[in-house]
Amino acid sequence: MTELTIYELSQSGRTGVQFPEPDVPLSPLPEAFEREGINLPELSEQDVIRHFTKLSQRNYAIDTGFYPLGSCTMKYNPKINEVVSRLPGFANTHPLQPIVSVQGNLYLMYQLQEWLQEISGFHRVCLTPAAGAHGEFVGALIIKKYHQVNRDPKRVKILIPDSAHGTNPATSSMSGFKVIPLPSDERGNVDIEALKAECDDTLAGLMLTNPNTLGLFEENVVEVIQLVHDAGGLVYGDGANLNALLGILRPGDVGFDIMHFNLHKTFSTPHGGGGPGSGPVGVSQALAEFLPSPIVTIIEEGDEELPPFFGFYYPKHTIGRMKAFYGHFGVHVRAYTYIAMHGPEGLRDIGEKAVLNANYLMTKVMKDYHLPYNRSCMHEFVVEGSWADIPNVHALDISKRLMDYGFHPPTNYFPLIVHEALMIEPTETESKQTLDAFAKALAAIAKEAREDPTKLTGAPFTTPIGRCDEVKAARDLVLCCYIPEE
Amino acid sequence: MFTPHTPQEINEMLKVIGVDKIEDLFQSVPEKYRFPKLDIAAPLSEMEVAAELGEIASANASTDDFISFLGAGAYDHYIPAVVDMLLRRGEFYTAYTPYQPEVSQGTLQAIFEFQSLMSELTGMDVSNASHYDGATATAEAANMAFHIFRGKRKKILVSRTVNPQYRETIRTYMQGQENVQVTGDESDTSFDNDTQQLIDKIDNNTAVVLVQYPDFFGRIIDYTKLVNAAHEQGTLVAFVFNPTALGLLKPPGAFDADIAVGDGQPLGIPLSFGGPYLGIFTTKEKHLRKLAGRLVGETVDDSGNRAYVLTLTAREQHIRREKSTSNICTNQGLMALAATIYLSALGKSGFKQVANLCYQKAHYAADQISSLEGYELAFKETPFFHEFVIKTPKPVNQINLHLQNHWILGGYDLSQDYPELENHMLIAVTEKISKDDIDEFVMALEEVAHD
Repeated sequence: MTELTIYELSQSGRTGVQFPEPDVPLSPLPEAFEREGINLPELSEQDVIRHFTKLSQRNYAIDTGFYPLGSCTMKYNPKINEVVSRLPGFANTHPLQPIVSVQGNLYLMYQLQEWLQEISGFHRVCLTPAAGAHGEFVGALIIKKYHQVNRDPKRVKILIPDSAHGTNPATSSMSGFKVIPLPSDERGNVDIEALKAECDDTLAGLMLTNPNTLGLFEENVVEVIQLVHDAGGLVYGDGANLNALLGILRPGDVGFDIMHFNLHKTFSTPHGGGGPGSGPVGVSQALAEFLPSPIVTIIEEGDEELPPFFGFYYPKHTIGRMKAFYGHFGVHVRAYTYIAMHGPEGLRDIGEKAVLNANYLMTKVMKDYHLPYNRSCMHEFVVEGSWADIPNVHALDISKRLMDYGFHPPTNYFPLIVHEALMIEPTETESKQTLDAFAKALAAIAKEAREDPTKLTGAPFTTPIGRCDEVKAARDLVLCCYIPEE
Repeated sequence: MFTPHTPQEINEMLKVIGVDKIEDLFQSVPEKYRFPKLDIAAPLSEMEVAAELGEIASANASTDDFISFLGAGAYDHYIPAVVDMLLRRGEFYTAYTPYQPEVSQGTLQAIFEFQSLMSELTGMDVSNASHYDGATATAEAANMAFHIFRGKRKKILVSRTVNPQYRETIRTYMQGQENVQVTGDESDTSFDNDTQQLIDKIDNNTAVVLVQYPDFFGRIIDYTKLVNAAHEQGTLVAFVFNPTALGLLKPPGAFDADIAVGDGQPLGIPLSFGGPYLGIFTTKEKHLRKLAGRLVGETVDDSGNRAYVLTLTAREQHIRREKSTSNICTNQGLMALAATIYLSALGKSGFKQVANLCYQKAHYAADQISSLEGYELAFKETPFFHEFVIKTPKPVNQINLHLQNHWILGGYDLSQDYPELENHMLIAVTEKISKDDIDEFVMALEEVAHD
């Protein structure tokens, strides 16, 4: 079943939204610049509602079911966040208004910075980065600038463990670093000997994802950080997996110098079908003056009668501006609300239940699927999605078959260090019943793989469309609707 | 609250795992640092948090309270109800990146339609699935041009009338690349002759020239000569456009631009104190493989049904890793959806109407203000769209303080970025502003001149 495109639905002469006629005397248009026409679709308001409602029904989402996509932290998104972020006092404020008229916004951002600092153990947080990868970019640029300011330009090397997040290498090269991959040891930790061999005076830093993408806590984290520091390098923490550490460990306490947060993962602001995210960055005291600008600060302290007066601050060695204005404010409002509803015990409860759910599911799933690193996991775990005795069945087939059982598949083929990886992150908001049903589906699929593998290799059978021809998509490259000539 | 576990379930789960208590699962976390005490306010119920957020929001004054003439990169347009009603569907906003096309056709088709609308709007061959905002899309345009020449052309020319925050962002993005020179916006540029001055700086070491259309002062500039001069040197040209203006004006594609980027906030996205907005990124087909960010393509499924998938992923960071030119992995999915719904709902006639209303009201406002004693329209000879510059009899911040007392949000103080434009106010007018609003603004301006 195909849903027509907005251009196929279009009928010449139809209008959705109308505006009033001009209430001012008319001025001539700039003839030399006037465009001939713009071929936008012509739909009624009802056409628009039905079209996009039907499209929405062709999506799987957290609100419709279990979404164990590893490293993406697809937890429930509280509805109150959507209500408060749309309050006119937030949604209808212009970013360039005089600061006296937006003290509410600035207070909220300041308090969110403070809370993120307290949760992570960092000295200062900047909220401007727009997404996790954007925050990573900030981290890499801070490392670069730090060595520049210290007149140490020979530090060009960034170490990235093979269990790190997928964006790290691109981020490093975008910042002008040379990328050196680091292997993992048999327990899934950074290989200490390999690390030591790279700790010389060309080392700029290490990008460490902890827990790593195997869902494992780096057991030697203190030693790893110490080795890099002793060699004069900085340690960047990829905070994508911070959900597992809420109330459990503050990365700043163990010596991380920089870390980004993913508000859309850990603090449950929605993923929006792939954005907007938000990737604030926290740093140690020594790096506070390198943060991107601007940062919200108190300009005048308050007293018994007056609240403090908030404004902006521009750090001395700032790497510069990362985007227009101050970050994804609408996302900040949601994260603030989420933290305010949890408090200290509630945050620790998130970390504990995320880890409890993952270990419970892992124990059930490892009966039928090989678990290459067998120890307690944090918020997620990785199993092999294939069996030596059924060579024609792959992780992708298991993923597609899960759709027929009503589940979103896990992340597949990542991390690269596990053969046919299935990376499963249940999150803390899922119930035991959901986890049991998912484990049962995976067990049934393992059975099907032996008895009738076509049920996997031909899957999915129940979704709006079947498997897609991705080769054709890349070869024929149709990136636009057919737009009829006028 | 959002964790559903009953005490009995927790015990059953621990038993299956084979540990006594939850704390036992954290043995690998160094004991010294385990379970820190967090100094965070006690939790609030939903009812309490709703009240608290209401109170914080009420400490702001919004464009519901003010008549706003403030633009400079963010614009207060009317958003039809249909946009937000659809954005609130959980199937859209609680989904993630459409990695699995069989269960993500809604998001994929919406992005495909977004790409189509952006190509049509800009007159460019292809659009990606979007970037974070206009500033980062502009920086990525500079970055892409730099990589198209494999880093061999070291000069990036940027007009001084590109949004100052966008120019800062370009410099942040490019600082990691060796010997890159971002230049062209020196403070000796005169605004009467700036396009020619930029043309004079183009040479065969220039990767790209970035210009804004309409420019930061709202002026509509004919870049035909600049594009020709650039192409003669093999240099690319990137346009930073305002999407509303393209309802009325010749698109960047008609000038033979190589890249066209802009902020899609005016297309149905609330001001929201500066974000989240929408980075639009379009280019010529021949540069497709250097284009950063996601792309959706049409294909068929195993039964021959039309279907949509993420395509050309081999360009992207998770496959090319350190060889990729950008690390962007998400797009601005929900904001791209907002723009798609907005343009679908307004359609051909509604969108043109909005552009025309902005143009007409801005021109009425400019006429009225410049007829006041002490106020003068700057750049008189150049046509403008919905923003214009007024030379004021007093410092802009003084005038704006006075306007605030009338619940009017005055224009942007250009002296912040352009020292020679002291007493120059950048004024934006959208379709939301009525003739009465403008007349009130004019009266208040007259009053403050005589204060």
